[in-house]
Amino acid sequence: MEGRGVLKSESLRRSYVTPVLCVVVVAAAATPPPRSLCPSAPHRESVAKEKMHGRPRKAPKPDDEASAAKAAQLQTLQVQLLQNHHDKIYTKEALEICAKLVEVNPEHYTAWNYRKLAVESILRSETDADAIKAILTQELRVAESALRRNFKCYAAWYHRKWVLNKGFLSLDHEFRLLDQFQKLDSRNFHAWNYRRHVAALKNLSLEEELKFTTDMIDTNFSNYSAWHNRSVLLSDLLKQKVQGYSHREKVLTEEYELVHQAIFTDPDDQSGWFYHLWLLDQTVRPDSPVLTASWPPEGSELVLSFEHNLSGGLLSPFRTVYSDDGVFPIVLCFNQAVGGVNASTVTIVYMFNKNEDLSWMPLSTDNSGSAQAWVTYLNFPDVKDLSQAYPVEVRFGHSQGIVTSSGCHYCCPSQFAFTVSLHSFNLEHSEVASNVEMVVWKDDGFNAYGGPIMDLSSIVSFDQLKIDKECLQKASSWQSETISNEIALFRELLSEIDCKIGNLTLARLLMAHDAMMSYQPSQQKKTHSKEVLDLFIGLMKMDPCHYRYYKDEHSLVLMEQVTSTSDSLVRHCCQYDHQISSGLHNLICFRLKNMSLSRIGFIERLLWVQMLDLSHNELRSIEGLEAMQLLSCLNLSNNKLRSLTALEPLRLLKSLKVLDISYNEIGAHSIDTTRYLCASPLSHAVGTDWNINEDVNNDDNVRKYWEAVVIFKGLHLTQLDVVGNAIADERFRLLLSKVLPCLKWLDGEVVH
Amino acid sequence: MGELEMEKHVRYILTIEKKKDDFVSLVIEHLRINGAYWGLTTLDLLGKIETIDQDEVVSWVMKCQDESGGFAGNIGHDPHILYTLSAVQILALLDKLDVLDIDKVSNYVAGLQNEDGSFSGDIWGEVDTRFSYIAICCLSILRRLEKINVEKAVDFVVRCKNLDGGFGSTPGGESHAGQIFCCVGALALTGSLHHIDRDLLGWWLCERQVKSGGLNGRPEKLPDVCYSWWVLSSLVMIDRVHWIDKEKLARFILDCQDKENGGISDRPDDAVDVFHTYFGVAGLSLLEYPGVKAIDPAYALPVDVVNKIIFKK
Ligand SMILES: [Zn+2]
Repeated sequence: MEGRGVLKSESLRRSYVTPVLCVVVVAAAATPPPRSLCPSAPHRESVAKEKMHGRPRKAPKPDDEASAAKAAQLQTLQVQLLQNHHDKIYTKEALEICAKLVEVNPEHYTAWNYRKLAVESILRSETDADAIKAILTQELRVAESALRRNFKCYAAWYHRKWVLNKGFLSLDHEFRLLDQFQKLDSRNFHAWNYRRHVAALKNLSLEEELKFTTDMIDTNFSNYSAWHNRSVLLSDLLKQKVQGYSHREKVLTEEYELVHQAIFTDPDDQSGWFYHLWLLDQTVRPDSPVLTASWPPEGSELVLSFEHNLSGGLLSPFRTVYSDDGVFPIVLCFNQAVGGVNASTVTIVYMFNKNEDLSWMPLSTDNSGSAQAWVTYLNFPDVKDLSQAYPVEVRFGHSQGIVTSSGCHYCCPSQFAFTVSLHSFNLEHSEVASNVEMVVWKDDGFNAYGGPIMDLSSIVSFDQLKIDKECLQKASSWQSETISNEIALFRELLSEIDCKIGNLTLARLLMAHDAMMSYQPSQQKKTHSKEVLDLFIGLMKMDPCHYRYYKDEHSLVLMEQVTSTSDSLVRHCCQYDHQISSGLHNLICFRLKNMSLSRIGFIERLLWVQMLDLSHNELRSIEGLEAMQLLSCLNLSNNKLRSLTALEPLRLLKSLKVLDISYNEIGAHSIDTTRYLCASPLSHAVGTDWNINEDVNNDDNVRKYWEAVVIFKGLHLTQLDVVGNAIADERFRLLLSKVLPCLKWLDGEVVH
Repeated sequence: MGELEMEKHVRYILTIEKKKDDFVSLVIEHLRINGAYWGLTTLDLLGKIETIDQDEVVSWVMKCQDESGGFAGNIGHDPHILYTLSAVQILALLDKLDVLDIDKVSNYVAGLQNEDGSFSGDIWGEVDTRFSYIAICCLSILRRLEKINVEKAVDFVVRCKNLDGGFGSTPGGESHAGQIFCCVGALALTGSLHHIDRDLLGWWLCERQVKSGGLNGRPEKLPDVCYSWWVLSSLVMIDRVHWIDKEKLARFILDCQDKENGGISDRPDDAVDVFHTYFGVAGLSLLEYPGVKAIDPAYALPVDVVNKIIFKK
């Protein structure tokens, strides 16, 4: 392939890159990017640059006569302009002053407004087409010379747009000007935006504009702006199935070839890599949502029990679900967020509830009404017949309605069935409650699980859905071939040059390959987890700046590995059997303690877990945990959780009783990185109106610890450990006991 | 690396406030209210807001208000949404929002929403996601978000999302850290961050860190202190800020200080200005630099100011 073999010459490579000087800016910037932001522009003298960017620190002496004169001239112009503006004077002389002003100071927005008023006022009394054209052409000229002065001037670009939108002028000149400007600075995003605007006005075909990006890229591979525009145009071409672009696979294959040339010419340049990442996504992403798991899984035979105090061995610990009130969750997990899960898109056949009475809830707290995981609750009545197993059947995907935000429907007729039998329903509730014991997370309370592995495999959702096989997202041979080719190619690149982005891309390709295979009916699934883990470990050393990114990715791959088979899952299962505790016998604890995890994933394979130990890791986030609707005991102690808002997923775990968040970093940081990911009055989330009177009559503690109120209100925790966090002082504890009325133990002490 | 020269920066801000007639000051005369916001917020982050005459500031800000309810960048200029936000932010900072006719200001802002959900900057109709952010931020501070069609506003921002996970100024516009801040901020304030692929955008943003530790605004560009704010605040809002090397970035910002006369510049040894001084200090705040007050990544105001407005704390 042309250009293959990595460009060795530094000077040649550098010559691609236009020398950059951050010019500037600001004119008006608010917190939001200034009217003219900072991005680099060609090096040319510009007022703005004199103002804010790239000025050497030793400024010209203030008594410098020339600059004093310049300042005086500018001041005069500005004063005159404002005066004329207020007096609505639009004479030739007045306009001349304005033209001079915007040439010296193109960012003077009021001057541009004044010009527009003047033009409108003059046009009102002008009917001659040529005269109108002349006036508007003059405006273009003024804007052009301002742009020559400062390329990034929002006001000048907009003035041109405003003039053109009047419709009297030809657009050809605009393209000539753009060609000139884009040669001088091929990354100017104002020019690119303007180009898109003019191309649309002129009804230029997408192909023509695509050709322009090809030319720009051929001149200089390192033109991110051109690659970006290409991705926009190509998406449209593919979507509209324009002639020549109806064969998606062929088009993408050609794009791979183009981007290989860029990458292999300069492996350090980011432009091509981001494009490659997009191509990869285009190659493997299934359009329609895919169901990744359900709780319960197909064919499972479950026992619903009120009572934790079971004499061990009678019931399978995996198949027994504990519940205080006969409520039993059904969970659907998809590979992307979907909306439209409800009684009309999902049918549940079950003798105690009518399907239409069941309501489905998205397991998310944002305003979207969509989520990756959805839950509904069946109610099992207090029946005495313990011998019967009640069948439940769930059907969906037979009609449209379950849909992603991009409008893709789940349209794969699917169903699963399971049975539930009831156990020990005759206990009084009060009796149950009084039986609850404090959970102790000490290692000696856990015994390795020694029971049959079959029990576990029957409740983990591995490809057990009865789905119309035709419907399964089958990776086309083109997809798998493309990914395999890419993998081979990048292995080759890495054998020539050991670059960070090459290693990362290889890791991503291998993960994409594995993920693609995971949608396949299982035959032999050869995964690359081991190799990917090694790649990430290498990257942590090679690129320490992004250590935490690689660490997070590494954690996900670890989770994938642990959850990939029943054999590996069972190795992490322990039987909870603490000596001083008479309750909770027979409960299985899934333990991922001390694995150096910074992030969790593949939760869809853990829907059966009721007791989870994630202590002694490096977790900053527990995103995804909300899908574990059976979870009643959770240990998150000794992690790196930084704030209460990071516990947001817990709000959706209605059966959670026991929580240990001791020895984290809660309250130790001034910046809360999940402040806006948590539904609260700050994010105007639905239903979070902050009504202080309702919550606690002007309790200062509530205002101080609003996060605790937001997170814990509505949970029925009986046991909570918070010791070892900066936030956990007496005031905080006091508040917790108010917010959590069911709390019996706080940090191991009985709450009164 | 040195320390943060807090006192010198405070002195620098107090002196430029008085400078009005050299060329550089004149050229930005029309956005003086932005400058006031940068300067005052920096002073507050450094714990020195009480060193200025607050009443004087408030009465000057109010003189920038137009009949329409919007604010101009300075007395005698035209109103624009950019300056309206700065005015509202300054008043919030000084706890003087009660001098405003809240409905008048919020009606001005709400009146700039277009049929497609986007916002114009002023009566002349320039559309940009910066204005979407400004409108949402402004109305959130004023507690009048219900005056606009939030759903449509969010839809427009989402239409500006790119295939690299970032956002541009209009649909199809290239991703740019400043623009990303605006769009992520707009989505954060409307509980709509689920529209973002946080891993994809987080990766793009953390790749803005270059060898010197500084951040650039787009691929293959030079680092600049102002991106310490735009990139960092976006990373904070999507909880991916741990993906960059915070210490190296702090060092880069500190290296851009003028240690003699105060102030911070875009890059080491360049001339300082209030704009980069603010973004440098705000960046250090997000990095939890000791002694600097915490800043809210979406409102761009100190956290205590925001909490007071939202929680009446
Ligand atoms: Zn800058």
